[in-house]
Amino acid sequence: MASYSTSEFKSGLKILLDGDPQTIVENEFVKPGKGQAFSRVRVRNLRTGRVLEKTFKSGESVEAADVMDTDMQYLYTDGEFWHFMVPDTFEQYAMGQAALGDSAQWLKEQDVCTVTLWNGEPLSVTPPNFVELKIVQCDPGLRGDTAQGGTKPATLETGAVVKVPLFVEEGEVVKVDTRSGEYVSRV
Amino acid sequence: MARRPGPSQGLRVSETAVATWRPCATQARVYRARLNAALRGFLAGRGVLEVETPILARGAPLDPGVESWRARAPDGAAGYLQTSPEYPMKRLLADGAGDIFQLARVFRGEETGVRHNPEFSMLEWYRLDFDDRRLMDEVLELVHAVVAADPDWNRPAASVRRVAYADLFQEALGLNPLTCSAEECAVAAQREGLGMTGQLDRDGWLDALMAMVLAPRFAPGQLTFVFDYPESQAVLARPSAHAPGYASRFELYWGDLELANGFHELNDPVIFSARQGQDLERRRRNRQTIPEADRFFASAMASGLPDCAGVALGVDRLLMCLLGEADIARVIDFPWGRA
Repeated sequence: MASYSTSEFKSGLKILLDGDPQTIVENEFVKPGKGQAFSRVRVRNLRTGRVLEKTFKSGESVEAADVMDTDMQYLYTDGEFWHFMVPDTFEQYAMGQAALGDSAQWLKEQDVCTVTLWNGEPLSVTPPNFVELKIVQCDPGLRGDTAQGGTKPATLETGAVVKVPLFVEEGEVVKVDTRSGEYVSRV
Repeated sequence: MARRPGPSQGLRVSETAVATWRPCATQARVYRARLNAALRGFLAGRGVLEVETPILARGAPLDPGVESWRARAPDGAAGYLQTSPEYPMKRLLADGAGDIFQLARVFRGEETGVRHNPEFSMLEWYRLDFDDRRLMDEVLELVHAVVAADPDWNRPAASVRRVAYADLFQEALGLNPLTCSAEECAVAAQREGLGMTGQLDRDGWLDALMAMVLAPRFAPGQLTFVFDYPESQAVLARPSAHAPGYASRFELYWGDLELANGFHELNDPVIFSARQGQDLERRRRNRQTIPEADRFFASAMASGLPDCAGVALGVDRLLMCLLGEADIARVIDFPWGRA
């Protein structure tokens, strides 16, 4: 089993901690002038998203997590599972709601997402940074409250709700930044 | 026709190297020159002589807390880059050189991070007939003198905190640094939210608690002296005359940043020899490499070091404090990675 020593720690490294795959977000070298050295890391649990601080005595090693990011096309959902396919191999993967989390609201059939696999099992999915989705419901015209910055809520075809400018109408396609959940432009 | 080698032939320049050939301390460069001049001016003004000693030596300290970079002579002989100019400077002292200082480049193991560069600048000076308390006062006078050298520089708070190592641990964590067990330290660390991977002995835990629990609580801009370290962490400080089990060693912090380390210097060759043995034993236990010991230094200790106190101050870190920089790479033009 591959492992990493503290001297190899850097952000982005995938390690196995407390039985879960985690990624190092930040690594700080700590050492009194005369004394023991430590690696202080912030790790994000790739399964739960939780961020924790951990300290390692220098020279300790941890098991590497077999985590791989793969581009996959989102196919469809049957209500219980969301189905993805690797375009090159036609290999298919199914993910449940738990692994999908908030990403589900941005998934449009045919879109290519990044699926993170751990030991070959899907762990999480990252939607494209920008998606183009149709507005299926929003109040018409300028009937919004201008005091609220001139926006109104719009429901998109995937179920996501975003704030759009007052001039945007139902039935239009808009571009949204999935990282912030913010409206970018009309398409 | 002879083909002219392009830039990609022979020496290959990577894309990263293209992006990082430039210096990174353009702002700090002028201030570093000013700081060096102020440090030299302060010590020269007190009659302390500037000296130069070898950067590359045949032996290295056995202290398990510092790792030396190894060099190799063309004939295969081993050499070491200095981790501090302490040993040759003490040979000068033993020879009767009197009060001396040095602004030296020093090198330490794998120390890389926002507060560490493996190569850094150290101001080290020795004062005859000073004890640690008197040297602490002089360190303070030096800091206050140099901050006045430039109106742009941050100044530390006027009041200075002086706290004994034992009081610091007792008051904040309820631990007695001489008698607490590794388990008690682990419990205290857990309580303070410090999750640790790896086996530590008592001194390892005390280092962890100092660096990651206690020092981070020092107020920003406040100078703190911590003095009377446990004898197990004495390095080359003499045993304390007034606190049994402790050594006459101090450290200076600016905010939570460790700036200087000083000793009322050990000059008892018997205790020195015993400590060398303990260091060797700890290195063996930790499976650390064992460097060649510095025979010249051991002989100088045997011939007799005068009563003196000495201190080493991290110049790059002092510059960080003066300029309010959090990353040491902002005050070094070519930090490791660009060096």
